[in-house]
Amino acid sequence: MRNVAIAVLTIIFVVALGADVLSPASYKEQFRQAPNAGPSAQHPLGTDELGRDRLSRLLYGSRISLMLAPAAALLATAIAAGAGATAGFLGGRWERTFLSATDLSLSLPWMLFLMTVRALLPLDVAPAVSIAITFLLLGALGWAGPARIVRAAVVAMRRSEFMLQARGSGSTGFRIVLVHLLPNLKPVLITQFLISIPVFILSEANLGLLGLGVAEPMPSWGSLLRDLERFSEVRSNPWLLAPAVMLVAVVICFQIIARPKDLAT
Amino acid sequence: MGLMPGVLIWSGRIGRRVVGLVVTALIGALFAATLVRLAPGADSDERDFDPRFSPASIHALHESRAADRNLARYYVTYLRGLAHGDFGVSYSLKRPVRELLADRGLTTLRLAGCGLIAGWALGLALAIVATQWKVGGMSTFTSGLSAMLLCVPAALIGLLVLAARAQWWWAIALIILPKVYSYTRGLLEKVSTEPHVLLARAKGLGRGRIFVWHVMPSVLPELLALAGISVSLAFSAAIPIEAVCDIPGVGQLAWQAALGRDLPILVTITLLLALITRAANAMADIAIAALHGDAQREATV
Amino acid sequence: MKALSLLLVSVSLSVQAAQELRFCLRNEPKTFDPALVEDNASETIRYLTGGVLMRLNRLTQELEPELAVSWKVMEGSRAITLHLRENVKFSDGTPFTSDDVAYTFRRLMDPALHSATGDAFRSGEGNLEAIVDGPRKITLRFPEPVAGLDRMFDQAAIVSAHSSNRDAAVLGPFRVKEYKPGAYVVLERNPTYWKRDSAGHTLPYVDAIHLDIQQNREIELLRFERGELQLINTLEPEHFERLSAQVPRSVYDLGPGMNSEFFWFNQSAGAPIAPYKKAWFQSTVFRKAISESINRDDLCRIVYRGHATPAAGPVSPANHQWVNAALKPPPYRPEQALRELAQAGFRFANGTLSDQAGHRIEFTIVTNSGNQARQRACAMMQQDMEKIGIKLNVAMLDFPALLERMNRTLDYDAVLLGLVNVDIDPNMQMNIWLSSSSMHSWNPKQAKPATVWEEEIDRLMRVQASQLDYRKRKAAFDRVQQIAAEQAPIIYLVNKNVLSAVSPVVKGARPVPLTPQTFWNAERMTLDGPGSQSSH
Repeated sequence: MRNVAIAVLTIIFVVALGADVLSPASYKEQFRQAPNAGPSAQHPLGTDELGRDRLSRLLYGSRISLMLAPAAALLATAIAAGAGATAGFLGGRWERTFLSATDLSLSLPWMLFLMTVRALLPLDVAPAVSIAITFLLLGALGWAGPARIVRAAVVAMRRSEFMLQARGSGSTGFRIVLVHLLPNLKPVLITQFLISIPVFILSEANLGLLGLGVAEPMPSWGSLLRDLERFSEVRSNPWLLAPAVMLVAVVICFQIIARPKDLAT
Repeated sequence: MGLMPGVLIWSGRIGRRVVGLVVTALIGALFAATLVRLAPGADSDERDFDPRFSPASIHALHESRAADRNLARYYVTYLRGLAHGDFGVSYSLKRPVRELLADRGLTTLRLAGCGLIAGWALGLALAIVATQWKVGGMSTFTSGLSAMLLCVPAALIGLLVLAARAQWWWAIALIILPKVYSYTRGLLEKVSTEPHVLLARAKGLGRGRIFVWHVMPSVLPELLALAGISVSLAFSAAIPIEAVCDIPGVGQLAWQAALGRDLPILVTITLLLALITRAANAMADIAIAALHGDAQREATV
Repeated sequence: MKALSLLLVSVSLSVQAAQELRFCLRNEPKTFDPALVEDNASETIRYLTGGVLMRLNRLTQELEPELAVSWKVMEGSRAITLHLRENVKFSDGTPFTSDDVAYTFRRLMDPALHSATGDAFRSGEGNLEAIVDGPRKITLRFPEPVAGLDRMFDQAAIVSAHSSNRDAAVLGPFRVKEYKPGAYVVLERNPTYWKRDSAGHTLPYVDAIHLDIQQNREIELLRFERGELQLINTLEPEHFERLSAQVPRSVYDLGPGMNSEFFWFNQSAGAPIAPYKKAWFQSTVFRKAISESINRDDLCRIVYRGHATPAAGPVSPANHQWVNAALKPPPYRPEQALRELAQAGFRFANGTLSDQAGHRIEFTIVTNSGNQARQRACAMMQQDMEKIGIKLNVAMLDFPALLERMNRTLDYDAVLLGLVNVDIDPNMQMNIWLSSSSMHSWNPKQAKPATVWEEEIDRLMRVQASQLDYRKRKAAFDRVQQIAAEQAPIIYLVNKNVLSAVSPVVKGARPVPLTPQTFWNAERMTLDGPGSQSSH
């Protein structure tokens, strides 16, 4: 099962990276004589409303999303792990400040902050820069919830047997964190990483409403997925679901790969 | 006689927490006000480009908002109003914020509340089924279901719920479900490999007993923390769902207020959300702290 | 037994006969006060509940008597004498007299009220004079002559001067029965409505109108398909295609509407953009060349699915009275555009266009996010511009941020927007054409006109505002349209067709291009038996 998942994921990554070579057409060329066409030999997934080849757009969009979303997820998980573990470990005033900071972070209207960031960027910012900044912000803003879970795990471990043993044997704080704490946080951190990938891909599309994310004519998975909101069209053109199918496949593959190898009954 | 000091200590603790709650909420409100003021377009209004208005009217409109432009002064005025229970008047809807929230609060509470409960129930159930029930393909099926729900945009989930003529809170439940499922499953799988569980199994204890008395207590702290943040998660999910599906709740109000830079509404909603988040997380924290002793006891089994 | 079953049948029939028309408001109504109406949703409610002195018949575009049986415009369109209808009562029973008209207009014209409707009547400083001559006759004298005075009365709903509950007292066919904020507004029949049909029956025919507040067009379509809604006032082109395949009798393409989509270049001297860019944008040749390199036919065909026509200028052909029929949409001729650019010193080499100093022609067009049609139009223009070597970047911003750039910071290259609910009378657009105005999009708040042609436009707009003779006004405004076409400060793209849907169960609907398209004659609409829904 695992090998299948790895193989599928590798194929998808390779295809996405090779989008330039493998696409049947440019992602931005508008075949204006055939808008909204169905699948055909020339356009395997049909064309979109402006006559652009859907398959090409899917491949290019994958390239952007597949590279940036996992990176942002990694960033969010790293910040969550660092902040949560430190707070849980140190306790006292640090922990209280941390807890207040997470509560605030969870309730503030960050949308406005993102709009401000957009306003500070020049209007003609390169699409690559814009989308990189978008994912960076998503990674940086998504730490609060997972950090709390990490901290809870650490608090539970604080009094546990092996922690007392570790302290007793004279290990320094840092070593304790590295050697004992982090490995035990693995399930939480891995879950967090896996969940963040699709969440960030979808959020990137929603940020398009604020002007962040990709700019025309560049596609991203998120923007292709937002097309699904035109519910009435999806019902009659099921090939519009291709980006969603691909994303689900990627997420499932990641999940299978990340599952612990030895599962005792 | 020995009860009094205990009560005093506890009321002191609770009192401190309540003060902490209020202070955090107020700081949140201040931050929100700052964010709104800094956001682009805070001073612009659609009316600036409505050719029907005379220049004098537009000027008067800008003047009426001038008082709020000074952030410190606005904040003091807001706090003073807060002491009287007055949350300000919305810029775009021109009605007192308190009225707007009273009209819509119940809708969102029901949406988020029922959605939370259903999402947790289903998420836990699926995770337990996936880890405990070793039927071929069951774990793949649940993973697939959870992955699909994660990959569908919130707006589309709302539309699917509408098409199925189901209750709106199903949308929130379907958003919470995959997150609860993923965390729970990951935790359950990890715990099943821990020494005390293996020892219990070696002792020959029944699966049910192992699950309730050995597995669950180990995962409770993380799950409680997840429960705490899932409250704010539910309310955050309520915003896009309400906005897209035209549900007349607080989430829709918040979304429109953010797009319209409606300062009074945004500050008040942040205040309330901070209170709710803090309260939920505080309860989770208390529960986690109460488990400390248990964890210690369990480890010596 | 037979009598009982007959009774039951007739009871059920009468229960079934409670007719409720259902359609959607796109947004929350911001006010129920007719004087303060600015947005569409409030306007809908005002249209259905407010009684006006004269009503513009949306079908014939002629003014018809309503609460005023006759009127006379006098003193060079500065005053108007109205003879009022007899035996009319407000919905709470208060009699309608000239006092109410006086009160309504005094309130509308109160400068402290800042009413959009009131501002339209105020063509100069000074107060309104309301001379009441008995309960059935009143003369209103305005501070300055108002062009097209009589037609503006269509917007002024009369409120009661003497009623104890002013908010609830209305003169229109319906009155507000229930309002659930964010959810719906229910209007019920006004029992004291004065109008009767030719057979003497009281109007309106339907008992109630249920207005859901629904922003999501997909959901609106779904509900219309299910039969939960009977009207869709403005339909998206994709939804039109869908519905016309499913229920062909229900969709209407009413031809070009009053709305237009356009973009303009930033010509402000004080704009914080590079001087070489300002030079491009201020060059008429540049602007006209861009205009001629956009394939408007493709835009209409693809973005609007054929439900739009290329625009020639600021006035849509639907506005028969004021359109300059001699103007034609700019042709699509990119080679000609390149030739003209070459003559103006631009160089086209290796697929890129540069100016005399060697700067690559590249600029950014901004539009509001959330509008898919505009996004697609920008993407199509990107490809069109590429053919003449121009790199067009597209940026989307949310509306307040966009307004800030347009209005305050002036930090943009070009903006793509559209005008909705355009008024027929050009006087309502004074603020756009006057160079001193803050709404003079491409170069607002000029101390004195920056160009000769803007000075000419200023002069012509003032002429049409002061003239009362329609022919003279038309001549002046025709010239304004011509100058706009020659100088292209605003590049007009398309005029969208008005698309509406009316369920086959609705009888008496006559959709028209003017707002409100489908329910302008709501008082005369009825529903067929099985399709009618009763309120929950």
